[in-house]
Amino acid sequence: MNGAPLSLRETLAWGALGALAFVGFWTLITTSGLVPRQFLPSPLDLVQRFFHLLTSPFAGATLPEHLASSFRRYAFGVLLAAAIGIPLGLLMGWFRLLDDIVTPIFDGLRFIAPIAWVPFAALWFGTGIGGPVMIIFAGAFPPCLINAYRGARFVEPRLIEAARMLGTGNLRMILEILLPAAVPSIVAGLRVSAGLGWQSLVGAELIVAAAGVGFMMVQAQGSVQTTTVMAGMLAIGLVGMLIDILLRQGEAWMRRRRGLDS
Amino acid sequence: MIGRRGLIGLGTVAGVIALWFLLTTLTGIVSGARFPSPSEFWASLVQIWTRGYAGGQLLAHALHSLKLVVMGFLVAIATGIPLGLWMGWSRRAEAAINPVFLVIRPIPPLAWIPLAILWLGLGDAAKIMVIWFSAFVPSVINTFAGVRNIDRPILEAARMLGTPRGRMVTEIIAPAASPLIFTGLRLSLQASWTTLVAAELVGAMVGVGFVLNMAQQDLYPAMILVGMITVGILGWATTVALARVERQALAWNVAARD
Repeated sequence: MNGAPLSLRETLAWGALGALAFVGFWTLITTSGLVPRQFLPSPLDLVQRFFHLLTSPFAGATLPEHLASSFRRYAFGVLLAAAIGIPLGLLMGWFRLLDDIVTPIFDGLRFIAPIAWVPFAALWFGTGIGGPVMIIFAGAFPPCLINAYRGARFVEPRLIEAARMLGTGNLRMILEILLPAAVPSIVAGLRVSAGLGWQSLVGAELIVAAAGVGFMMVQAQGSVQTTTVMAGMLAIGLVGMLIDILLRQGEAWMRRRRGLDS
Repeated sequence: MIGRRGLIGLGTVAGVIALWFLLTTLTGIVSGARFPSPSEFWASLVQIWTRGYAGGQLLAHALHSLKLVVMGFLVAIATGIPLGLWMGWSRRAEAAINPVFLVIRPIPPLAWIPLAILWLGLGDAAKIMVIWFSAFVPSVINTFAGVRNIDRPILEAARMLGTPRGRMVTEIIAPAASPLIFTGLRLSLQASWTTLVAAELVGAMVGVGFVLNMAQQDLYPAMILVGMITVGILGWATTVALARVERQALAWNVAARD
């Protein structure tokens, strides 16, 4: 906007300046004692604590162990959401009646924040693995459903007409025409689902779980260990970023294979 | 008149209520300890509406939550939109702020809750802080994208006419970016409710999330349902209100008027 895009060198220089200013300011206010340590640790303390937690346990497990137990629930919840949401979305895209029946229910539930399911999730499935999985499911389900539905709904009519003319039945129509055509939309939805599911997982673990990174952070908060809380945030952010990068790669690979991007 | 779709929709809602009645009150397949019957739900609603539950009446809890969401949301708008405008306007600002954003953005807003409690305690300030965090990121990103998507000729025309900088921002850039800004605000609003409910579930003295928390501890399914429906109604009402503001603000925009 303000002139042409910056050159790579300029971008890097300004980026380094911004990052340095941020870290420098943070270091300055913490090491000078302006902000007490138990309120905000210095960046160095945080990094040290993070690496310390990688090997020594806190709240019953090391950070990688907490992450592993979080990730199990997470994968379970997201896969469940995909396994139910995608087929249902495709069916809704094909059968008008199903669409008309499910949409009002779905619209009604949409405004309830996924995290508000926590009490029922705890009551129905306990706080071990079932409860958190249900909350992750509540967060990850809507994008799976909506994107499969949209993908199926906006298939080129000519494809459907051609298939119909050849006497294709409902099942083959969904599996061989709608599903392949909807794949780009479905994959985009999965990426949104993965992000929302990760977010819901953190919420679930803060409230009900007895293991996992969220639980570790609540324990640290209870014993006023700000550094450990922030190390947990760092771990959650890193894993979330990793999931997003992997799915982005997957999406790009899929688009290339189908010749959507030149 | 109600079309076919609306008719089936009404039928579905009636069917769900009938099924609910059938499963709980009539046959008892779903026990009251897991999901309340319609009459239990009604009794809980009357209880919290008239006598109160978890330290207050429903209206007081709901208004308190609403107040926090609106405050956090407004703070996020007031900081996020200017930052987004600035990042969109200046390539240098974008390059300098991006690395910090790259670090903060992947951290889910809910993960700020324990830190907010450590810093600000269990009161309103901590909640406003986490709502601010959750609503801030979508408003910055969408405002930024909105500015970057403005047609160049519009800017060049304004510049050629010698528009001063201040008027450039208020009369050209902000209006031209406003459709995307509002998209960001809708996302921000949703994030605000999710975060508030989570924060109130983790620790609060009043609010809808606190009602849910107490009902969970009391093993009181009917009150859980009352709390959830309240959350849904509040989320719906604020979304409708925002959509109304959007229609007013974007009345000039033909594309948004449908």
